[in-house]
Amino acid sequence: MSAFWSWFIILLVVVNIVGLVALLFATARRRGGDGAGSATTGHVWDGDLEELNNPLPRWWFGLFVLTVVFAIGYLVLYPGMGNFAGRLGWTSGAAAADELREANAKLETLYAGFRGRSLDALAQDPKAVKIGRNVFANTCAACHGSDARGAVGYPNLVDDDALYGSDGETMLASVMRGRHGVMPPLAATLPDGGVDEVAHYVMSLSGRPHDARLAALGQPRFETICAACHGKDGKGNHALGAPNLTDDIWLHGGGDVAAVRAAITDGRSGTMPAWASVLGEDRARLAVAWLLSQNPQRAGAPSAAPAAGAQ
Amino acid sequence: MQNVETYNDRVVRQFTIATIVWGIVGMAVGVLIAAQLAWPALNFDIPWLTYSRLRPLHTNAVIFAFGGCGLFATSYYVVQRTCQARLFGDRLAAFTFWGWQAVIVLAAITLPLGYTQSKEYAELIWPIDVLIAAVWVVYAIVFFGTIVKRRVKHIYVANWFFGAFILAVAVLHIVNSLAIPVTLTDSYPIYSGAVDAMVQWWYGHNAVGFFLTAGFLGIMYYYIPKQAQRPIYSYRLSVVHFWALIAVYMWAGPHHLHYTALPDWAQSLGMVFSLILLAPSWGGMINGIMTLSGAWHKLRTDPILKFLIVSLSFYGMSTFEGPMMSIKTVNSLSHYTDWTIGHVHAGALGWVAFITIGAVYSMLPKLFGAERMHSTRAIDLHFWIATIGVVLYIAAMWIAGVMQGLMWRATNPDGTLTYTFIESLRQTYPYYVTRALGGLLFLAGMLVMAWNAWKTCLPRRTLPVVAVPLPVHA
Repeated sequence: MSAFWSWFIILLVVVNIVGLVALLFATARRRGGDGAGSATTGHVWDGDLEELNNPLPRWWFGLFVLTVVFAIGYLVLYPGMGNFAGRLGWTSGAAAADELREANAKLETLYAGFRGRSLDALAQDPKAVKIGRNVFANTCAACHGSDARGAVGYPNLVDDDALYGSDGETMLASVMRGRHGVMPPLAATLPDGGVDEVAHYVMSLSGRPHDARLAALGQPRFETICAACHGKDGKGNHALGAPNLTDDIWLHGGGDVAAVRAAITDGRSGTMPAWASVLGEDRARLAVAWLLSQNPQRAGAPSAAPAAGAQ
Repeated sequence: MQNVETYNDRVVRQFTIATIVWGIVGMAVGVLIAAQLAWPALNFDIPWLTYSRLRPLHTNAVIFAFGGCGLFATSYYVVQRTCQARLFGDRLAAFTFWGWQAVIVLAAITLPLGYTQSKEYAELIWPIDVLIAAVWVVYAIVFFGTIVKRRVKHIYVANWFFGAFILAVAVLHIVNSLAIPVTLTDSYPIYSGAVDAMVQWWYGHNAVGFFLTAGFLGIMYYYIPKQAQRPIYSYRLSVVHFWALIAVYMWAGPHHLHYTALPDWAQSLGMVFSLILLAPSWGGMINGIMTLSGAWHKLRTDPILKFLIVSLSFYGMSTFEGPMMSIKTVNSLSHYTDWTIGHVHAGALGWVAFITIGAVYSMLPKLFGAERMHSTRAIDLHFWIATIGVVLYIAAMWIAGVMQGLMWRATNPDGTLTYTFIESLRQTYPYYVTRALGGLLFLAGMLVMAWNAWKTCLPRRTLPVVAVPLPVHA
């Protein structure tokens, strides 16, 4: 700030503190008659309101002085008086940077031990998995749940289905760079009850209850339109993030024909943010390692690692 | 013989009844949102009932509707009697009543509809802000007009506090609400960034300092000596704590913005002046409590006095807690936790509501020409229900707040947080339930009060007209 505003602040502070102290000491002076106790100031309001004029309690006076002394001491040591930096030269920015530097130095030695090892190897290392669990709980659990089993619209990360592929490197790419899965709205291309027919055909793919007549009508439509992404057999496409429709695993709405109809009519759009700048590769790799360890289908993975956030 | 001048008690009666009514409404909304935190389904998926819209409705209703009407009622009652003069401007006084009720009703409509300017305790949209400013300026004219025509030479200490409160709130409200309107419901503040935040909390903390403290100290300085029938303990103490209080409160706002983008120097000044504020705050408590020396036995038989004195204990407690929480080290633990909510309610329920309730019980019979409240035992019942309610509330929030602060800051050796946010929320659950119960008890006490007031006022067919007595020293 400019010198003017700096001096303006200093002046205000000094006038305020000096004024307070002057007022306090002037009022605290003992006078004749103090201690007599029963003399009022002589003013009467509303019939019977009167005031005694007892001296200030000593402990209260002491408390007041103590806080002022502390304030002056603090303003000598720390920033407060305008541009005066304080004798300690302390700033919140430097203090935060110091703490961060110190913490990062410690963490660097910790994380260095996990570098250069494959994700599958890390998934078998209890120490790596434990840290990965913590990272997941801090960053990923908000959407995917502390057990990584997801929620409606948020994929389950430990089941047998993966939109983009279930190998570690693919999952790491999802964490680092994010994903944007889009299903376009298709109602316009499926006129004359086509949406309903395709929806029932999709139900039939995973053996869910469906209307066989509608499903049969839906099949050719599916094979010309939907197959572009989901494949002729409906088994999806990892390259596009197009879900497998035959495994009875559902991202939106648990295999309900209405949810499928809504997806066809309005489309879907799912976003996973990119975490590279927040987590960095070291932490992201350990989080993925924990995920790999959580999938019991993965051969050799320790299956007993506790769920994230479980205490 | 000339017409005998009488007190304008009509407007006082109106504001007193409004205090009880809005108290019940505001606290009922508080109980609902407290329950929503424990049982979120209680918003019934209706947008107008969501926490985000009802929370500002609760704060505005209890501070400005309940507290505000209480301050209007008591300041009008006190300034007439301690100046021995009728309130200046009957029509102006009536305008403040109906204008303030209009503000409250407009707030109760716009906030649930989602109209807000998003400044805490200053949420109301600009047309309502303009109405508030108009009412407030008229309030100042009525109050200071009465001071000017007083028949007693000395201005009574209660009026210093009421006067400071009225002036400061006018300045705070107008400066913080400065905005450029774009439509009838939308506006942009003229400040931006850290400056906007600083102006907001300069306003926010002084709303506490002048609205919720100085104004209610005015109440304390009249109703405690009146109810105890004892003189004020020390004139000297009132002088020094009055000037110190109003000078130092103005500095305390930055402690709401510790560890933010606010410059370090402003944070430091906010902290040290908040600490200096301890003694001036306690000056008022000492003056009130010591006024009772020689009359302590009255506490056994007079529940109104219990309300008034216990309010000062809560005042002393929360004005000790406040400076402690403004110390940056403590603040880094307490900030953003429910500890802050507990601190606010120790002041809002324990101090502001208790002193208001005591003052209403004290003046209501006089205003309606009754000898005393219909039921003294009901006042006692109200006192105990309310006290248990406050204690449950603040104890629950203290425990929850300290626990949240500790859980949020706990880290693992790998640099991650030990607890996820949801875990701290799960641990807080029983305290949210306890808090809702505390609030419910406090609300129940208000209903007892409403019943008692109803039974006191309703049988009165003719309202008393009190003549202004001739001054003792003509």
